[in-house]
Amino acid sequence: MSTTLKRMTIEPVTRIEGHAKVSLLLDEKNVIKEARFHIVEFRGFERFIQGRPYWEVPVLVQRLCGICPVSHHLAAAKAMDLVVGADRIPPPAEKMRRLMHYGQMFQSHALHFFHLCSPDLLFGFDADPAIRNVIGVARKFPELAVQGVMMRKYGQEIIRATAGKKVHGTGAVPGGINKNLSISERDALLREQPKMMDWARGALAIARDYTVEHLKTLAPFGSFDSNHLSIVRRDGAMDLYDGLLRAISPAGDRIFDMVDNQRYVEYIAEEVKDWSYMKFPFIRSLGPEKGWYRVGPLARINTCDFIDTPEAEKARKDFASVTGGKPNNITMAYHWARMIELLHAMEKITELLHDPDLQGRDLLAKGERREEAVGILEAPRGTLIHHYVVNNNDQVVRANLIVSTTHNNSPMNMAVKKVAEQYLSGKPQITEGLLNHIEVAIRAYDPCLSCATHSLGSMPLAVELVDAEGSVLERRMRP
Amino acid sequence: MSKPKVATASLAGCFGCHMSLLDIDERILQLVELVEFDKSPINDIKRFTGRCAIGLVEGGCCNEDNVHVLREFREHCDILIAVGDCATMGGLPAMRNSIPLKECLEEAYLKGPTVYNPAGKPPSDPELPLVLDRVYPLQAVVKIDYFLPGCPPSAETLWQALTALLNNKPLELPYELVKYD
Repeated sequence: MSTTLKRMTIEPVTRIEGHAKVSLLLDEKNVIKEARFHIVEFRGFERFIQGRPYWEVPVLVQRLCGICPVSHHLAAAKAMDLVVGADRIPPPAEKMRRLMHYGQMFQSHALHFFHLCSPDLLFGFDADPAIRNVIGVARKFPELAVQGVMMRKYGQEIIRATAGKKVHGTGAVPGGINKNLSISERDALLREQPKMMDWARGALAIARDYTVEHLKTLAPFGSFDSNHLSIVRRDGAMDLYDGLLRAISPAGDRIFDMVDNQRYVEYIAEEVKDWSYMKFPFIRSLGPEKGWYRVGPLARINTCDFIDTPEAEKARKDFASVTGGKPNNITMAYHWARMIELLHAMEKITELLHDPDLQGRDLLAKGERREEAVGILEAPRGTLIHHYVVNNNDQVVRANLIVSTTHNNSPMNMAVKKVAEQYLSGKPQITEGLLNHIEVAIRAYDPCLSCATHSLGSMPLAVELVDAEGSVLERRMRP
Repeated sequence: MSKPKVATASLAGCFGCHMSLLDIDERILQLVELVEFDKSPINDIKRFTGRCAIGLVEGGCCNEDNVHVLREFREHCDILIAVGDCATMGGLPAMRNSIPLKECLEEAYLKGPTVYNPAGKPPSDPELPLVLDRVYPLQAVVKIDYFLPGCPPSAETLWQALTALLNNKPLELPYELVKYD
């Protein structure tokens, strides 16, 4: 390596959840030689859960993440269903969990789009950081801000009605659920439903029109070909709560399909790299170099054959037409895909609220105990894998978690590298606006790094120019 | 007259307390009329821009960065509030306190069924902050003025606490808003 390489860091990354920084190595002409996205926290969850009774797990693990606690709550509950021998849980229980999950999807996607990302889209990637935030949005586009806040609230109310509490609820238990939906809870949610459908359509239109209008700039922005992974229903439909694993190549060929969740270990491995606490998952048959893949809304729209709700399916076809039916590999298309799912979640919520099973009383099942089980679902940010081994004393003896954001580790690193090369490389001056471009690409993936490190975190960003001997040449901070 | 500033941070927490703050829902629009937000993960203000009336800190300290950020908050905030069970007691992450750190790292990076680790050691790059031997609550590191327990404290708890302090009223929360869960 040349002795004149400079090191630069962006720390912390903001408007994402968790602690991370970006480091760049540049040569004497500011040409990017290396770009890395580091996750800087570590929790040790896999170890300290050992010895805890299995029934505590769905309540404990959600404390990995306050943004999507429901995802961890339900993935753990799905694994523990199998541990207590409940191969199928009763329909009222499954539908209550689904309602909780779609409520979660709705609130998380609304939060990400309106509270965290809309400032970049509405004001521009290099707008003044003083207004480039949700409060700036509230001042300039009050109606939109209110919609964002109220949509998130609606999703949170669904979570409260199904899990007992908006953050870190207790609804799902091994083998089922501990409450059904009362008529008054149902009616309160139905009252707001038409408005939420309308706003969800509106949000989708914003994301779609923005993407189509700016396609020329957005298509290459931090984009690259990748494999895609998600679970899908047995008939190929998008299913966010339950399904079988499918992975496709950048061109859309199946790498594996209809893989039983219990066998995920045979298909997926995670590489440890020295410079990040977040591991780098890959498809075993392709190896660490070629086997990495994307998960989340973009991957799900790419892997599924269709969506089983009419409005979201129509939107999916519209989305697919942009790339002629081939998988979409555009990083910034995540936002559009996410809003298709927002609408899908609202359609599913509507279906469920009209289903009398939600007032059913058959809430629990059990059967023959098992030692080991895997629970997989599609969390807002992507495929979430929980794997536990439980001993005869009901204690967890092993836990392996591959959370959504971890799957996107290599893609986020790739996006950072691409944007650094496209926008920063060779520039004499690295401005705050240029730095935000890197964060814009990271935000497209909606990373949740608390989950990903099984640790705890928040996000700030500073950039440092350091010479080869390690002395600081220039320091830029936000603001 | 300029509005009082509020800064927020999530250290070794899950962001759930920030979510609970957002659960004040439409009152957020009232809140932004009352205060100006300084350094916070919800905006792009990465360094303090001035003196803050109130600092809200979620999460305990699990690495050297957390300690650094917490000290900065103490330095810049008139009133510093520990928000949630992790900040006040270490919370769930402190479950690792009874286990040697080495064992936690080995489980995550060497032993897991999906681990592929040709180097055979946990991450240790200088870019990564040092992990502390255990997880510490905030008051073990700096002086804390108020503690709001709960996992997370409810939106109502946060709202009442904030509005009382901003109006120079004593912070007297009703019994049902002070919960440890």
